[in-house]
Order: sequence, then structure tokens, then C-alpha cells
Amino acid sequence: MSLSLIKNYVLTKELATKIDLILAAHENDGSQLVGILLDIQELIPNHYIPEEVAYYLAEKLDVKITNIYDCITFYSSLSTTPRAKYPIQICNSIVCKVNQNDTIFTTLKDLLGINLNEITYDGRFTLESVACFGACDMAPAVRINGKVYGYLTSRAKIENLLSELI
Amino acid sequence: MSKTVSFITKNFGKYDVSSIGSYMECGGFDALKKAITLSGEEIAGIVAAAKIKGRGGAGYDMGRKLAQAKSVIAEKKVVICNADEGEPCTFKDRMLLENDPFNLIESMIITGYTVDAEDGYIYLREEYCHLRPLLLNAIRQAKTYGFLGTNILGKGFNFEIHLYSGAGAYVCGEGTALIESIEGKAGRPRMKPPFIKQCGLYNRPTCVNNVESLSLLSHILLDEDKEYQTYGMGDSIGTKLISVAGNVKHPGVFEIPFGTTVREIVYDLAGGIDGDRPIRLLQFGGASGKIASSKILDTPYTYEDLKRSGVTVGSGAILVIDDRTSLIEFLQSTQEFFSHESCGQCTPCREGNRHMKLFLQKLADGTHTDKDIKSMKKIAKLMAMSSLCGLGETAQSALVSAMNQFEDVFHVKSSEVQE
Ligand SMILES: Cc1cc2nc3c(=O)[nH]c(=O)nc-3n(C[C@H](O)[C@H](O)[C@H](O)COP(=O)(O)O)c2cc1C
Ligand code: SF4
Ligand code: FES
Repeated sequence: MSLSLIKNYVLTKELATKIDLILAAHENDGSQLVGILLDIQELIPNHYIPEEVAYYLAEKLDVKITNIYDCITFYSSLSTTPRAKYPIQICNSIVCKVNQNDTIFTTLKDLLGINLNEITYDGRFTLESVACFGACDMAPAVRINGKVYGYLTSRAKIENLLSELI
Repeated sequence: MSKTVSFITKNFGKYDVSSIGSYMECGGFDALKKAITLSGEEIAGIVAAAKIKGRGGAGYDMGRKLAQAKSVIAEKKVVICNADEGEPCTFKDRMLLENDPFNLIESMIITGYTVDAEDGYIYLREEYCHLRPLLLNAIRQAKTYGFLGTNILGKGFNFEIHLYSGAGAYVCGEGTALIESIEGKAGRPRMKPPFIKQCGLYNRPTCVNNVESLSLLSHILLDEDKEYQTYGMGDSIGTKLISVAGNVKHPGVFEIPFGTTVREIVYDLAGGIDGDRPIRLLQFGGASGKIASSKILDTPYTYEDLKRSGVTVGSGAILVIDDRTSLIEFLQSTQEFFSHESCGQCTPCREGNRHMKLFLQKLADGTHTDKDIKSMKKIAKLMAMSSLCGLGETAQSALVSAMNQFEDVFHVKSSEVQE
């Protein structure tokens, strides 16, 4: 399924209240934009910054909307498009590569029936290829919602990981 | 014989990392108490005498950096702890953050005192967000105990520590990009001058140090018996945290005295190569580092000896790759990393990386010509000389060192394909 088919998240009153709390925790300080965006993204079930939210922030923080999009598009941890409940970030840097991370890529594509940057029909998983996240001692590794899963050297271990998430 | 030592790692496992009381029971904040009896110049002098070079990659003399930061006259100065650790194969700062967070906080306070800064910032990479609660807790407790805030230890010294998150951009490890990011912008490096030591975060004089460099500070101040100086070899005094990974049996972080040979590191500490296969290549200091063949195994790990062998300490990473990966595959992977991480704002880096990609593809296909090699060398030189920041300057170092050390791989196969 293509990512663009997912319905855009709507800025409800409830979400706005939660965002206000995040802003307060960051002292409504526009210079803390990167941290604010990360916190909001964690709050949104699909882990991205919906357009409405970006505009809401621009107004609240008195920051230009272009600055906000400059940040979201610059940083790879921030996303303008919806991701899954479990975005699976597969490390594609050299240590994981020489530890046969291709097993992870092929196994996950096979098990989930999707390609890189696609989402499963139930909206639970996306597959992303990312740069080294400093877990090279556990290579090959993936990272899901901030948690690292290492030593994924066989299909069995990868199946195990998926069943842990479900 | 045990080849590792415990100097910077001496607190690992000794205290409960969530409790300042536990940290203080094993001597926590003694270094700060000692520091405030000294002047900033004296502290910078002690660091200079220990000949500590910055551990973030560039290896700048830390004592000198502190003395310079102290000497700048300004109303408000800033110290930053660079915890962006983004160099592939580097994970030693992670170990320090996980196992000794209070020591980092204490060392930052001492650094603030040394250079007369009022604000300290920790820039933690997003990938280490699981360490945020640990650091926030350490900061909060230090504040409760009066080690942060106003009039610290009754010395009229004020200092606060703020924790900022990265968001997945390797280039933000570069000082000016890091500052842009803390200011709430995309992390594109700034043009220099002005240098951040004069005009950095919010235009204030700023002193950026790596996690490991900072962490050393408390230990050095308390090292009255000069234990640190007993380690090392030649001008490389002391110990170093290294992260070894790749095709080794026991990847990990080790504290070694400078002078340990690369062979001892790879075969004794990291357990040798998976399946006892032959080594294809070693890379020192992360993706921006240079590479060497197994001929380097008997070289002692010191700044000088590594330099003589054509590589550098860099971030302290050692990547070991066996014969299952070809040199070209390795270079392509490294190149892909830089293409992905380049911020794209300056031409030598942006276009140089594209050129490198095309060149490596030709090399992989065996269709490269003498002319390609010549132009690749020229572009690599251009990147090193005229990129705006260290990313573009070093993106070519693996390739250029490969051309020097593994000439046969670049051999032009057929003269017919040449124009
Ligand atoms: C592209 C790039 C990435 C860098 N990444 C880091 C990093 O992740 N951590 C770090 O400490 N230094 C990094 N550096 C080096 C810093 O710019 C700076 O030299 C260092 O933090 C200074 O601290 P030190 O003197 O204690 O080494 C990077 C430099 C460049 C050009
Ligand atoms: S060298 Fe590369 S990363 Fe650095 S400023 Fe230029 S384009 Fe950006
Ligand atoms: S190379 Fe994969 S986590 Fe570092």
C-alpha cells in the first residue's frame, strides 16, 4: 500500500491540548523546535507531523512555516508523511552490512509483503533503511520506536521479533 | 596479561546510575570540589600537561582549547557536550553515557567553571533517546544537591545544563551545524569565520567538546598520583576508549593504554575474526577515516604511529572487515553514507559525492579508465580543500587511502575502453 493512501491526521481539540502541553514543557521556545517536533511525532499514532499541526506550531511559536518544513524535511527522524505504528528502521551502514543485514531486508520484505518505504495493509509496519544508530556491537540491528533489536542473524530471530511486537 | 585498563571507565558498574547519593559514595563531585579551589587557567594547565587531545575526531589539544575559551572576554559563554556520536562503527560515547552519566554532568560543570560559562548544553543524538531519562534525572539531582544553579558550592558560580535532542543527521556532529540545530533550525554548517570560540550559540563564545574528552576531566583532576601519565607511549600519553566492530568475534568498547598494537586489539580484545578468516581491510575512526591492509597489525595504537601508517585515531572506531566483503562493496557503502548525510549546501561535497558514486560504479563494472582515475583523484583533492565543513573534507578519505594502499583493485583492466 502506498503511504499517501493513509488519511491525514486531523488536529482535534484533544490533540491541540496535548501539543500545548509539549510546548509548555519546552517553554514555548521556538529555538527548541527540533525537540518539540520529535515529541509531537511520538504523540501522533502514525509518527509524523501532519500539515495542520505544522501550521498550528508556526502560529503558536511565531516561527515561519517554511522554517518548520525546513526542519522536518532536513532531519531523517522527522517525517511529513504517515508512518506505521511500528516503523522498522533497518541499519544499512557498514558494520551491519558486513554482518549480513541483507538477511534482514529480504526476510522482512518477505514476511510483511512490502518493499522499503511501504506500509502493510493494516498500518502496523513500515520498512526503512537508516544509517548507523550506534548499536554496531549488536550488528546486524534494527530500531523500532526507539528500541534497538540486535543480532538478527537468522529468519527465526526476525520472526521472533515480529511476534513480540504483535 | 590483561590488555585493557580502567581509568576513564573506573566508575563503570561501581554505582547506581540513577542515584546521585550512590555516585557521591564513590567519590562523586570530589573533582568539582577540588576544581573550585583552582583557577580556570590552572585547570586548563593540568589538562594541557596530560596532553589530552579531543576525542571527537579532530584531535585538537584540549588544554589549549580550554585556555582559549577562558581567555575570551564576554558576558555570557557556553559549553556544549557533543553527544551526537554519528560516525558509523563508533559507540564509545554511548558506553560513557550509559555507565557514568553523573561523571559527565560533573565534568561539564567543571568545564563551565574553567571557562566562566553560565550555560551548558548536551546535544544527544536522537538515536540515543533511550538515554534521555537517565541524563535528565542526573541533571535534576545535581540541581537538587546544589551542584547546578546559582552560587554553586558557595563560589558565586552559576551554571545550568540543558539537554537537546538531535533528529537523525550525522552532519549535526559538526560544531556549527550542531549550534544551528540547538537554535531550532536545520543543521546546515555555517561559514567560518566567525569561529564558534568567539561567536557560536546565540552569538556567544562557545566551547564544544566530545563526551569522552569531557568525561576525562574529573578523573584527571583527581589523579594526584599521575596514574594517567604512566599509560601510553611517546607523545600519546594515557588511555583511549576504542570501539571495535565488523567481522570480529567479540565487538565492543575497550579502554586501552596508547601503544597497544592493532593486532592485540583485534585478536586479543576483540577475539579475532569470525571463522578465523583473513582480514580484507581495517578502517580507523569511522566512515570519515582512512583504511589500511592487515600490514598495519603490528603498529602500536598511538597518534604518531597510526599517522605514519597512513591512518588516524579519529573517533576511536576500528572496523575490521574480512574477505567476504570486497573493497569496492565497502567503498560503495561508505560513499552511500556520505551522499545520504551531506547537507548539500556546498558544491564540492554535493557534486563530489555524486562523482564518487559514478566512479565506484564504473570500478565495480570494471569499465573505469586511466582518465577516470585521474579525474577522481583531482575531485577528491578539491573536496578535501574546498568543502565548507569536515563532512565534505573527509568523505573522500576512505577512497583515497584505498587508492594508495590497494593499488591493484584500481588497475585499469582493458586499454580498449580508454578514449
Ligand atoms: C561531519 C562531522 C561530524 C562530527 N561528528 C561528531 C560527533 O558525533 N561527536 C563528536 O564529538 N565530534 C564530532 N565531530 C567533531 C566536532 O566537530 C568537534 O571537533 C568535536 O566535537 C570537538 O570536541 P573534542 O575537541 O573534544 O574532540 C564531527 C565533525 C564533523 C565535521
Ligand atoms: S561539506 Fe557537505 S555537509 Fe558540509 S556544508 Fe558542504 S555540503 Fe554540507
Ligand atoms: S553500523 Fe549498524 S548500528 Fe552501527
